[in-house]
Amino acid sequence: MTGNLLSLAIWLPIVAGLIVLATGSDKNAPAARWLALMGALVSFLVTIPLYTGFDTFHGGMQFTEMKPWVESLNINYHLGVDGLSMLFVILNSFTTLLVVLAGWQVIQKRVAQYMAAFLIMSGLINGAFAAMDAILFYAFFEAMLIPMYLIIGVWGGARRVYASVKFFLYTLLGSLLTLVAFVYLYYQSGGSFEIAAFQRLPLTMGAQTMLLIAFFFAFAVKVPMWPVHTWLPDAHVEAPTGGSMVLAAITLKLGAYGFLRFVLPILPDASREYAWLMVTLSLIAVVYIGMVALVQTDMKKLIAYSSISHMGFVTLGFFMFGGASGNQLNSWAVEGALVQMISHGFISAAMFFCVGVMYDRVHSRKIADYGGVANKMPIFASFMMLFAMANSGLPATSGFVGEFMVILGAVQVNFWYAVAGATTLIFGAAYTLWMYKRVLFGEVANQNVAELKDVNKREFLILAVLAIAVLGMGLYPAPFTEVMHQSVNDLIWQASQTKLN
Amino acid sequence: MTWTSLNAWVAAPEIFLLCATCAILLLDLFISDAKRHLTYVMTLATLAITFALVLMGHEPQARLAFNGLYLVDPIADFAKLAMIVGVALVLIYGRSYAMARGLFRGELFTLTLFSLLGMMVMASSVNFLALYVGLELMSLSVYALVALNRESFASTEAAMKYFVLGALASGMLLYGVSMLYGSTGSLDIFAVSHAIQTGQANNLLAVFAIVFIVTGLGFKFGAVPFHMWVPDVYQGAPTPITQLIASAPKAAVFVFSLRILAQALEGFAPDWRGMLMVLAVLSMGLGNITAISQTNIKRMLGYSTISHMGFVLLGLLVASPAGYSASFFYVVSYILMSAAAFGVVMLLSRQGFEADQIEDLKGLNQRSPWFAAMMLFTMFSMAGIPIFLGFFAKLAILKVVVDMGLVPLAVIAVVFSLIGAFYYLRIVKVMYFDDAVDQSPLIAGNDAKLVLSINCLLLLVLGFMPDGLMNLLSDAVSQSFTSLPY
Repeated sequence: MTGNLLSLAIWLPIVAGLIVLATGSDKNAPAARWLALMGALVSFLVTIPLYTGFDTFHGGMQFTEMKPWVESLNINYHLGVDGLSMLFVILNSFTTLLVVLAGWQVIQKRVAQYMAAFLIMSGLINGAFAAMDAILFYAFFEAMLIPMYLIIGVWGGARRVYASVKFFLYTLLGSLLTLVAFVYLYYQSGGSFEIAAFQRLPLTMGAQTMLLIAFFFAFAVKVPMWPVHTWLPDAHVEAPTGGSMVLAAITLKLGAYGFLRFVLPILPDASREYAWLMVTLSLIAVVYIGMVALVQTDMKKLIAYSSISHMGFVTLGFFMFGGASGNQLNSWAVEGALVQMISHGFISAAMFFCVGVMYDRVHSRKIADYGGVANKMPIFASFMMLFAMANSGLPATSGFVGEFMVILGAVQVNFWYAVAGATTLIFGAAYTLWMYKRVLFGEVANQNVAELKDVNKREFLILAVLAIAVLGMGLYPAPFTEVMHQSVNDLIWQASQTKLN
Repeated sequence: MTWTSLNAWVAAPEIFLLCATCAILLLDLFISDAKRHLTYVMTLATLAITFALVLMGHEPQARLAFNGLYLVDPIADFAKLAMIVGVALVLIYGRSYAMARGLFRGELFTLTLFSLLGMMVMASSVNFLALYVGLELMSLSVYALVALNRESFASTEAAMKYFVLGALASGMLLYGVSMLYGSTGSLDIFAVSHAIQTGQANNLLAVFAIVFIVTGLGFKFGAVPFHMWVPDVYQGAPTPITQLIASAPKAAVFVFSLRILAQALEGFAPDWRGMLMVLAVLSMGLGNITAISQTNIKRMLGYSTISHMGFVLLGLLVASPAGYSASFFYVVSYILMSAAAFGVVMLLSRQGFEADQIEDLKGLNQRSPWFAAMMLFTMFSMAGIPIFLGFFAKLAILKVVVDMGLVPLAVIAVVFSLIGAFYYLRIVKVMYFDDAVDQSPLIAGNDAKLVLSINCLLLLVLGFMPDGLMNLLSDAVSQSFTSLPY
């Protein structure tokens, strides 16, 4: 059972998705919904043993599975998780469960296809986090685009076609260059696509720089980092609520994960050499995109920009090289960034869901169309208050832990990095709370708002689960940090080595 | 000449195909339109038997026949199997299309079989004259097939264009071959190779010959800048014939090029490599960029073929058995993909309605979710998205190109693939995001629907396990290159 836990985590949702797909037309929509819920629930439950059975003192890969896949190209079906990836598999399966619930009533056309797309995507994302073979990773990483493309394009808003094509092409551009990079590394390593083999491989500075460019395109687009972030606001605004939740909560994390798994260990010298660039781009994301978020009039766009800004914090944490010799990654910063990734998974999913709840009732995302919602939806307003606070990084919420750790790490490396990064606490609070004030507080603004009904049981359940996650992680983050600790230390060691000689 | 050196048995599939085609031709004269299905079934049976004969005659050892004119080696065997499958798919998918337009006649069957015979001869000949005969047999049959629909102006124009440009290319090729003969004193591929390697050839003349030969090959591949005929012929020809042009002949031309470039002229690899590089890059570039602006799906697939052939040339120019295997794998994958794409186009067409505009695919997901998914598989496979077969085809090519140290070429290839992804995505967009204008059900026969489904699912299944096919083809290439009869 434990031998192929990861395979289960990958293939169970995919098979469930295919079964849901088989229910066919919308006549069977209730069956499709229940089947999807069961599939998502079971898929989530099988990922739990990944946490309970995880050996926190072991930094290497666990739950590994290895089978030859394409022998003529020496591609293996090699799976495994370590402290860097394990939590994301669980987070992903958890989010998919919420997404299925979130689309329960809202999605009325092509229900089976909608549910199936999310389930299949969930399996593919798990695959990308668990893959230890570069081509296997690439296959999952790319294949994931197909369901997301359809989700945005079929169930999206008015400009869905533009947004979905832009999303697809942007991501593909980066990943195709990565493919060339993988093939190049395959030859350098003497015919292996194993990520571990790439990590051991000596590489010249020139080669590392070229590879860094290729990897940067793939992962920076996915994160997204400034200036390749422009697909994200479009995709988020047009995507259905569930699509936005998965995009923000999970797929962005894959980009950041790519930096951890590929860039830092495979290209340590180039990472150190160009850390200043990564830090600069991250800080631009934090500060500039934070300001951009301030002026948005569309709630979803505002949260999308807030995501970019928060993810800037994550990449900032990854490239904090300091220590006595200046080649030591700061462990506070890296762990903080990882915590921030998970916390942002909860918070962004919650924020997008909150907007979705209002959108389903009023059919507008414009801040100006709202006002005084709290008068009509008190329960909803209190939940959203919590998430808005978490998004601004209030202590005792999960948003605080990661940001605080990254800032702590940054202070040790360079005081000014920390100062610039810390502005996120101000901007984050400003744009989130200002939006909250305009939408929720004040007099009831118009007839639409006056007719609002408070959350139903299903929505309450989703909000409550997310609220528990946000508060739990904020009050007691140790269960999250202790599993990543050993792997982070290993990563720091790998990134401190040189591959030049 | 003795019977042993004649060794005609190794050419049994071709001999059978010829006899069966003549029989079908004769029989067809005496049956009425109502009984046309008889010859149709006979045609399919002929293909099946030819397939079985090729399979039974398959040996890892290359064997010569007809006093050294004809060579049956594993490459030729597998290329023939791919061609037979490609031609069979044309007839199966095209049946209801042809019936609705009065094209379901004996000419369709016999000309298709003759073109197949030509392709098989192309795949197995090791003498320039025999190669040329095969090429002409294939080409002339296809020219006539393009004009099969006599009432259609577009078809007639396409056939004329194809014929004139095809004849020009054949002339180029023949001119090149004659110069090569002047340079090496032989028309036999192995004698030419030997003369070049022992320094007996006149190098200047041989390089001139290569220019003309590559031009001729470029035309047959449809590589830029010799691609002018492709879009017009694809658009003008009846869709089954477009499918025929897009599928099986690519395998024939591939083996044909392998014989000429890799077996006869391998000593001049540095010379033709540069030429192929130009053709490959231009094909990928122009094919992919121009495809974006097309509104006619057949024309779009025409430009897409051009870009795919660019990829095939990339593998060829590596000039090593690994490169040839990668190209071979690409060609076989491409035959499956293009057959599937045209199959869907024909599935949507009916009497008086061609379904050849991209808009005609609108809302296919509402009309038939199953075939929308099948077309989705095909498009993503063509775009090279994992986990479909097309991804591994592209990966195999990239692998050999990078292995040769041509990383910039690999980067160019992937950048153009990215541009290409756009128009494949547009097809998916039209099928899934737009509402159906035309609500009529799909009326193709169940045989076509079943085979098309298998065809498309194969793109996914082979994507999951590409290993078998990949090994089969690379073994075929290495066996063919190590077991040359000289």
